[in-house]
Amino acid sequence: MTYIRPAFHHPALPQNELGYTRKDYEGSISTLCAGCGHDSISAAIVEACFELNIEPHKVAKLSGIGCSSKTPAYFLNQSHGFNSVHGRMPSVATGAYLANTDLLYLGVSGDGDSASIGMGQFVHAIRRSLNITYIVMNNGCYGLTKGQDSATADYGYVAKAGHKNIYEAIDLCGLAIELGAGFVAQSFSGDKKQLIPLIKAAMSYQGFAFLNVLSPCVTFNNNSGSTKSYDYIREHNAVMSGMDFIPVKEEITADYQEDTVREIELHDGSYIRLHKLQQGWNPEDKYAVVNALHKARASHEILTGLLYINNDQMPLHQIIRLTDTPLNKLTEQALVPGAGILDQINASFA
Amino acid sequence: MVKTSEVNPGYFHKVVDCQYACPAHTPVPEYIRLIAAGRYTEAYMINWESNVFPGILGRTCDRPCEPACRRGRVEEQPVAICRLKRVAADFKDEIGHLMPEITVVKNGKKIALIGGGPASLTVARDLAPLGYEIHLYDDQSKAGGMMRSQIPSFRLPESVLDEEVDRILNFGIHRHFNTYVNSMKSMLQSGYDAIFVGTGAPRGKDLTDLPGRWEARTKVHIGIEWLANVAFDHIHKIGKKVIVLGGGNTAMDCCRTARRLGGEDVKVIVRSPFNDMKASPWEKEDAMHEDIPIIDNHVPKSFVVENGELKGMYFEKVMAQYDEKGRRKLIPTGEPPAFYEADEILIAIGQENSFPWIERDLGIEFDEWGLPVIHEKYFSSTLPGVFFGGDAALGPKNIITAVAQGHEAAISIDLYCSGQPLEDRPPAQVNMYSAKMGIHEWSYDSYVTTDPRYAVPQADKSQTLRNRKLEVELGYDLKSAFLEAQRCLNCDVQTVFTDSKCIECDACMDICPTNCITFTEDGPEQELRMRLLVPALNESQDIMVSGPLKTGRVMVKDEDVCLHCGLCAERCPTAAWDMQHFLYNTAKAGQSCYV
Repeated sequence: MTYIRPAFHHPALPQNELGYTRKDYEGSISTLCAGCGHDSISAAIVEACFELNIEPHKVAKLSGIGCSSKTPAYFLNQSHGFNSVHGRMPSVATGAYLANTDLLYLGVSGDGDSASIGMGQFVHAIRRSLNITYIVMNNGCYGLTKGQDSATADYGYVAKAGHKNIYEAIDLCGLAIELGAGFVAQSFSGDKKQLIPLIKAAMSYQGFAFLNVLSPCVTFNNNSGSTKSYDYIREHNAVMSGMDFIPVKEEITADYQEDTVREIELHDGSYIRLHKLQQGWNPEDKYAVVNALHKARASHEILTGLLYINNDQMPLHQIIRLTDTPLNKLTEQALVPGAGILDQINASFA
Repeated sequence: MVKTSEVNPGYFHKVVDCQYACPAHTPVPEYIRLIAAGRYTEAYMINWESNVFPGILGRTCDRPCEPACRRGRVEEQPVAICRLKRVAADFKDEIGHLMPEITVVKNGKKIALIGGGPASLTVARDLAPLGYEIHLYDDQSKAGGMMRSQIPSFRLPESVLDEEVDRILNFGIHRHFNTYVNSMKSMLQSGYDAIFVGTGAPRGKDLTDLPGRWEARTKVHIGIEWLANVAFDHIHKIGKKVIVLGGGNTAMDCCRTARRLGGEDVKVIVRSPFNDMKASPWEKEDAMHEDIPIIDNHVPKSFVVENGELKGMYFEKVMAQYDEKGRRKLIPTGEPPAFYEADEILIAIGQENSFPWIERDLGIEFDEWGLPVIHEKYFSSTLPGVFFGGDAALGPKNIITAVAQGHEAAISIDLYCSGQPLEDRPPAQVNMYSAKMGIHEWSYDSYVTTDPRYAVPQADKSQTLRNRKLEVELGYDLKSAFLEAQRCLNCDVQTVFTDSKCIECDACMDICPTNCITFTEDGPEQELRMRLLVPALNESQDIMVSGPLKTGRVMVKDEDVCLHCGLCAERCPTAAWDMQHFLYNTAKAGQSCYV
C-alpha cells in the first residue's frame, strides 16, 4: 500500500521568477479514481499558477461538494482554501472577495454542484460579475454517488448501466454567456496544451471568468455510449482556435497567417493571442458565439477554446464602488472617522 | 524516434544502473531486497553465483556500482551496496548444502590454472561442477593471489578470505602451491586440454632513475612486495618516519599498514592533485582518519642518503593544468624543492604485467608493450587453448573485473573443450513478471524513504592501530542494514508500458514525483529530449518511447531519475503501465546447448 508520494523531485526542476518549482504548487496526493480527468485539471492548475509566478498565499481556492470539489486538496497546498456546503461555494466566495479583494479567487465546482443543487448560486454569481475564476469539472454524472446522470448529461447518451438519458442537458457555457459572464471558455481535461493557457488567461481576467472543462469519469462515464468519454470528446472536439497566453506584449514570432491571428489585451497588460482561428470566428461577437454553440449542439460537436470574451466587463467591486483598501484591512479609525467627519458630511447637506 | 522494444532485455538491463555498471552484473536490487527481508543466505547465494567472493568483495570491492546508483542522482549519496553485500556474508547461515555437486566421475578434460587469484578461482568455481579436472598453480603457500598478498588483514580478515577461497578449493581442485611456473612450454607439454593464465600484475613500478635510489635501497621498498612480505609474516616493523609515494589504493594500504608496524609519522606524497588520485574516496578518508596526511602536487626528485643512512626525499612542487580536452599537465611552480624526512620509503606508484616465463616462440602473440594479445570478450590468446583473465589479461583493474573475466574465460574454455566455436556463447538469462498484487499493492516495497546513507561503524583507532589483523570496519548491524537496504530504489522493478491500452488521461504524467513522463508529439531523439516536461539532458540514460497513441502523440519516459515508486502504474486506469520484476543473469559456463 503506498498512496504516498515520494518526497524526492527532479534535481533539474525549473524554477519560476519567484524561485518556486511546480512542487511548491502541488497538493496532497489525489484520492480520486485512477485516470480521473479531474486530476489532469488539478495538474493544469498547478502548472498555470507556476507559470504565472503566482505567490501561493495570494490565492483562495473554494469549492462545494463532489469529486470536483475534493480537488482543491490536491493542488496549491500553501494557499487559502474553503470547502463549503454543496452548491454554496459562490456565496462563500462572494463574502470572502468582498472582505479581501487582494486575493486571487479560484472556484472549483462540478456539474452536480453548479448545474443542480447550486444552480441558483451559480447564476447570481455570474450576474453580479464576481471577480473569480470559476472552473466546472464537468463529467456528466454523479461520480461520488455511483454515476447517476447529472444535469449536464447529454440527451440520448447511454449510461454505463445501459439506460438512455431522457432529459435535455444544461449548456453551462451558453448559460454563462446569456447571464453576462465576461470570459467563457470550454476545454477538455485531456488537452493540457489548450487548458493551461486558458486557466492562465482566466486567472488574469478581471471579472467572472468561466471555464467549463469536460473531464471524463473513468469509473462511471467512459463507456462506449457516453458523450463525455475520452474517446467521444476527442472525436467530437471542434477547436475554435489555438491560444497562447502572453504575460508581456512581444513580437509574433511563430509563422501564422495574418487573418487567422487575433490578439486581446487584458487589463493587467497581458495578452491572449488566438491563432489558427476558425473561419469567421470572433470570440468578441456575443451573437455569433451563441449561434455557434447552438449549431454545435445540433451537429454533436463540442466547441473548445476561448468561446467568448468581453474586455469591458466591470467586476463586482467596481460595480458597487468598493473602497480600494480591502475591507479586512480597514482600521477602526477609517471605519469610525469620528464626529468631525460626521459634521462635515452633515454640513454638506446644508 | 523508434519505439522502445519491451522485449529487448538490453534496454531494461541498462535501467538497473548498479547491475549494469558491475563488471560481473550482479543482480544488486534483488539481493538488497532479500537483505531487507532478512533472507541473508539467499542474498549471499545470489552474490556467490555472480561474483564468487561476496564476503571479500563486501569489504574490498572498488564498487563501480555505487557511482552508478540512481539514488546518487536524486540525493547526495548512493546506496551502500558494497557494505550491504557484506551484511549478506556476515549473517548467512550454513551454506554447504547449497553448493553445486562435484561429481566423482569427471568429463575427462584437464585444465591448468596458473596463478591462484580471483580470476583463476572463478574459472575453477565455474568449471569444477561441470566435471573438469582442475590443477591450480601458485608460487605462494596459499591461494588467493593479490587478495591475500596485497590487501591488509585490517580490511580483509584472513578468516573471511580463507572461507571463500577454501570453498572453491574444496571442489576437488588439485593444488600445486609453492610452485613457480617458469615455462609455458613445459605446461603446454603436460597434457592439459586448456591452460588459463591468471597471474595478475605482479611487478610494482620503481623509481630506478631517481638520484640516490641505489644508495637508499635497503630502506626503500616496492609497495606490493612489502605488503606481501607483511601478509606472509616476513616483515613485522618499519621505521618511525615513513613516506609512501603514490596515490592509488595500494598506497593507502601501504600507509595504513605502516602505521600498524610502528610508523608514527607516516605521510602519503603524491604527484597529482588530491581529487585526481586513483584511490577510492573512502580509502583516502580512512587513511586520513588514521592521522596520515596526504600531500599532493609533489613530484619525487631525489632520495637523500647521508653516511649510508636514508634521511628523506626532495620533491618538486607542481600544479595541475588541464587543456580543453581535460588532459592534465603538471607544471612546476618554481618554488624551491621541498624536503621531507624519512626513515623508510614505500613506492606504490602502480604495477604492471610481467611474463618472463612465457616463451615467445609458442604462438602466443605479444604486443609492443610486452603484453599478450587477448580477445576482449573471449579472453583467448592467439594460441588456441590458452586463455588469460584478471590483471594478467588486459592490465591491472580490480577483483570484480577479474571475476567477470574469469566467468567469460570459463565459458570459452568450456566451449573450446567441447569443440564449439568461441562465439557460440550462451545468452544471458532473463526473467520478467508483474509485481502487481492489488490496486495499491506490489510485491516489492515501493515506498521511497528519504533516509540519508547510514555510516558503517568502525572499531576504535586506539585498538586498530595496535594490531594489524584487527578489522577496522565492524559492518552494519541488522537494524541499520535493514534501513540502508530500504534506501534501494528497486530499479529492477521495471516500468513497462503497453501503448494499445493507453487512453491518454495523463494520470501517470501528473502523478510522477520526478516528472519523468511526457505525452507529446513524436520527433527525433535529440529534439524529443529537449521537449520533455523536464529536458532529458543526461544522455547516458535512455528515454523510453511508445508507439503512436490514439491522438498520434507518443509517451516518452526519461529513465534518468525514475524512482520506481510505481505511482504511474497505480494511477493508470487501464493497466497500460505495469511494474515488472526484471531479473538478468549473465551466462555461465555450462549453459550452452551442446549439439
